[in-house]
Amino acid sequence: MANIPEDLHYSKDHEWVRVDGNISVVGITDYAQDSLGDVVYVELPKPGEKFAANESFGSVESVKAVSEVFSPVSGEIVEVNDSLTDEPEKVNTDPYGDGWMIRVQMSAPGEVDSLLTAAEYEDFTKGETE
Amino acid sequence: MTAVAEIKRTPLNAVHRSMGGRMVDFGGWDMPVQYPAGTVEEHLRTRRTAGLFDVSHMGEIDVRGNDATSFVNSITSNDVSRLIDGQAQYSALTTPDGTVIDDLLVYRFAADHLLLVVNAGTTDKDWAWIKSHHKNEAIELKNVSADYCQLAIQGPRALEILQPLTNLHLSEMKYYHFAEGTVADVEAIVSRTGYTGEDGFEVYAAADMAERLWQKLLDAGNFGSDDGVLPCGLAARNTLRLEAGMALYGHEIDDTTTLLEANLGWICKLNKGDFIGRDRLAKQKEEGVRRRLVGFEVIERGIARDEQAVLINGERVGRVTSGSPAPYLKKNIGMAYVPTEFANEGQPIQIDVRGKLVGAEIVKTPFYKRQKQ
Repeated sequence: MANIPEDLHYSKDHEWVRVDGNISVVGITDYAQDSLGDVVYVELPKPGEKFAANESFGSVESVKAVSEVFSPVSGEIVEVNDSLTDEPEKVNTDPYGDGWMIRVQMSAPGEVDSLLTAAEYEDFTKGETE
Repeated sequence: MTAVAEIKRTPLNAVHRSMGGRMVDFGGWDMPVQYPAGTVEEHLRTRRTAGLFDVSHMGEIDVRGNDATSFVNSITSNDVSRLIDGQAQYSALTTPDGTVIDDLLVYRFAADHLLLVVNAGTTDKDWAWIKSHHKNEAIELKNVSADYCQLAIQGPRALEILQPLTNLHLSEMKYYHFAEGTVADVEAIVSRTGYTGEDGFEVYAAADMAERLWQKLLDAGNFGSDDGVLPCGLAARNTLRLEAGMALYGHEIDDTTTLLEANLGWICKLNKGDFIGRDRLAKQKEEGVRRRLVGFEVIERGIARDEQAVLINGERVGRVTSGSPAPYLKKNIGMAYVPTEFANEGQPIQIDVRGKLVGAEIVKTPFYKRQKQ
């Protein structure tokens, strides 16, 4: 059973968002990392780049597949998790912690309200598995 | 339009599911792409100890009769007449253009009894092709694919895992030879063959014996211990064969690529007598191929994937046939067709990885070669 922390917001593309004031931390969910398998490569943007909500900000690759990752919120990248360059497996081992990907200065913090709650995301993933 | 065909299952389908295999549609077959250990661990375990693969989806075509050898020799590129009883050879079914209908193994039980082992997704096509070339030869053809299960035990410990289960003397069996005997008290054909670059064996038996053999091999290989055998899915099968520089039908070879372009000249026995495509292959050999299959290693950050474009001096000159991270070598590697003038070790190339040009270099294949004991 995939781990879905209560205090996060979720997208239908399987990213999570942890809100801290006007900053959002973004990564991919436990369900997503499990579906992908062993992550061997993570491509992330540079600080200063701006993304609209639902825009692709990078990619995650397993041995078998490539998956784009989408920013659930609009804003400017203030920090990226550079350690994933050498240790992409953190996305598998700690998707909600050390496997985080980007920190975004949100330009429209209200967008968070349209994301899924933990309960809604759990229902959503059950629908995908069936 | 293709008709929606019913998905096919091997006799181990329920076992794969119960073991947590992640099932995917592979050429019409419902197969495990990986088990819970994951592709990287399955790959590494096969290189270090042993991996167990369900390859029951492969097709088997039985050829019997006085003309068996001459008939198969006329439709395949390698020389069947060089085989002795109990020997197998890698070969190809060729088109009149010297391109590839399928690659296969030809097993010789006797001069008048051969078994052709073909790819899963091409079995129906191969069967139709082979039957269409049967004219007056004194042979009986049978598609026996559904009768057999096939398990592959591969890796440095494959022999010691399989030996206690069989009455055959495995250490005396040469590479690409086979024998009939028993495995776990089940009648079986055991061949010293595989698709991983490791020593190992492939076991053919009656389809309804698959679960018994699977379980006995897992038990004998201490499945569950840290260095025990691991069941491996199709993803590990693919990365293992890629590291070993082996062609996969539908990727490196198909009906648009000739055997010579694919560096399979060693299975083109042009002097053995006539076979389908022989004249075109002989002509191509004389004139030289315009493009060749090469191996490459990605140097910059990025992973090359199947079908991506290859650029040399800024021009698109070829395509990637297989591209993947290589779990044992810890490199990103691939194979690609490039014009012959560039098909040299050390040649810099670029791969168009979803719009980004990533630097790579042509290298010698196989990428991985096991240490011979």
